[in-house]
Amino acid sequence: MVAGLKTLVFISALVPATRLVVLALTGGDLTANPIEYITRDTGWYALFFLTLTLTVTPIRRLTGWHPVIRFRRMLGLFAFFYGTLHLLVWIVLDRFFDAEAMGEDILKRPFITVGMTTFLLLLPLAITSTSGWIRRLGGRRWARLHQLAYLAAVTAVLHFWWLVKSDVREPYRWGWAVAVLLGARMWWSWQAGRSSRS
Amino acid sequence: MLIRKPGEFRYSDVTPREVYLRRREFIRSASGLAVGAAGALAVPPWLAGLSAQRGQKLPGVKPSPLSTRDEKVNSYDDITTYNNFYEFGTDKDDPAKNAPGRLKTNPWKLTVEGEVTKKLELGYEDLFTIAPLEERIYRMRCVEAWSIVVPWVGVPLSALLKKVEPTSKAKYVAFESLYERGRMLRSEEAGIDFPYVEGLRLDEAMHPLTILAVGLYGEKLPEQNGAPVRLVVPWKYGFKGIKSIVRIRLVEREPPATWNIANSREYGFYSNVNPEVDHPRWSQASERRLGEFFRRKTQMFNGYADQVASLYTGMDLRKLY
Repeated sequence: MVAGLKTLVFISALVPATRLVVLALTGGDLTANPIEYITRDTGWYALFFLTLTLTVTPIRRLTGWHPVIRFRRMLGLFAFFYGTLHLLVWIVLDRFFDAEAMGEDILKRPFITVGMTTFLLLLPLAITSTSGWIRRLGGRRWARLHQLAYLAAVTAVLHFWWLVKSDVREPYRWGWAVAVLLGARMWWSWQAGRSSRS
Repeated sequence: MLIRKPGEFRYSDVTPREVYLRRREFIRSASGLAVGAAGALAVPPWLAGLSAQRGQKLPGVKPSPLSTRDEKVNSYDDITTYNNFYEFGTDKDDPAKNAPGRLKTNPWKLTVEGEVTKKLELGYEDLFTIAPLEERIYRMRCVEAWSIVVPWVGVPLSALLKKVEPTSKAKYVAFESLYERGRMLRSEEAGIDFPYVEGLRLDEAMHPLTILAVGLYGEKLPEQNGAPVRLVVPWKYGFKGIKSIVRIRLVEREPPATWNIANSREYGFYSNVNPEVDHPRWSQASERRLGEFFRRKTQMFNGYADQVASLYTGMDLRKLY
């Protein structure tokens, strides 16, 4: 059953990217500013999948349904996939390889600095997502490394927050979601620490 | 400073005006009025995102020598579906979806008051008879680093201001938009104060390039573009072009401006287009013209430097951004 569900999730997760490609190829409605639209859309899905990845452990804990853990790597890789698309759209379509302008943006514009940081945090996680790397690093060290995902979620929300002009309602909602998901982990680890001491 | 010479007149090459206007008549006669009427009844305008102003041709519009001649004009769709009008939503496509159903433009009342000898109240019909209507093709540069070219229809703001005879105390002009609670976003949702307010120095307001627009593409202004009357100041960032104006006050001191109140570090009172003064969060050196792939270099005063630079002689534009 899990294998079937995984296929379903995999196909669903490709729908947003496929949709953009189809719209682009058929001259569909990508608004009057297609590059901005594609940038925002891919960025949104990167944050969506990153947040979804962080829900896996709480779901397992709250429901006791352990197979859910088998979705985590795939969801995380989709976060990286959309994040990479988002970055490529910026490099190729928006800035068209203008290295000087991009370098200046990364150094001078805090929202771009944290955006790039998010990508660099996710990169080693994507690379070490294979079973081989888990073995090589050892479970404990691998798990520690992959806690970078928590930081990436925070920087991703900041990236969104610092980019909007005045209406912060949407980044605010994402901020809450990430805060709750990370807060739950902190609470649980505090609880665990207390019970092990007593 | 960049001095641009008007180039060849290419507007008609790109969007042949006659063909464009006749196209509509052609579609109408071809499809038949009955079908059109049935369609209009079947799909409410707010759902279709259609403006009631669409197809309402403004009579007697004369081209103006002050139009920008060397630019390709953006399509009607670009101009009317990609808007910043936070009263109706903060996404670019929100105003086109929400404004037509929620903004009632007729009847309208525009009051011109303050430091004036003759206070004036204009009704809806009066908006179109302030002065002979002119077509003004202008570049518009948004503070978000995109730009568009719009064939506005309007009158010089100076024509209206002369009618009210400003007193010697009048140094600035303050503008205020319509605000209707319930039909529009709340300030807490949009993140800026409502009603939207803006201001110009009197000499900026009197400048021949500054217009009150009542239309575009030869037709009445669609709601999402700020119907029935809005300000257009082509050398300033787009947000200075306050929409759906209900009050104009001549005042002695610099009036408040909405984005300046929201974040004075990011949005100054003047907000002249200036590639050398960055927005604290992004560069203003380049812009994306809607419909183009490569970014363009942003021009000083949005390319209108030869006409307006003298307004700011001796001013430090880095401080008074």
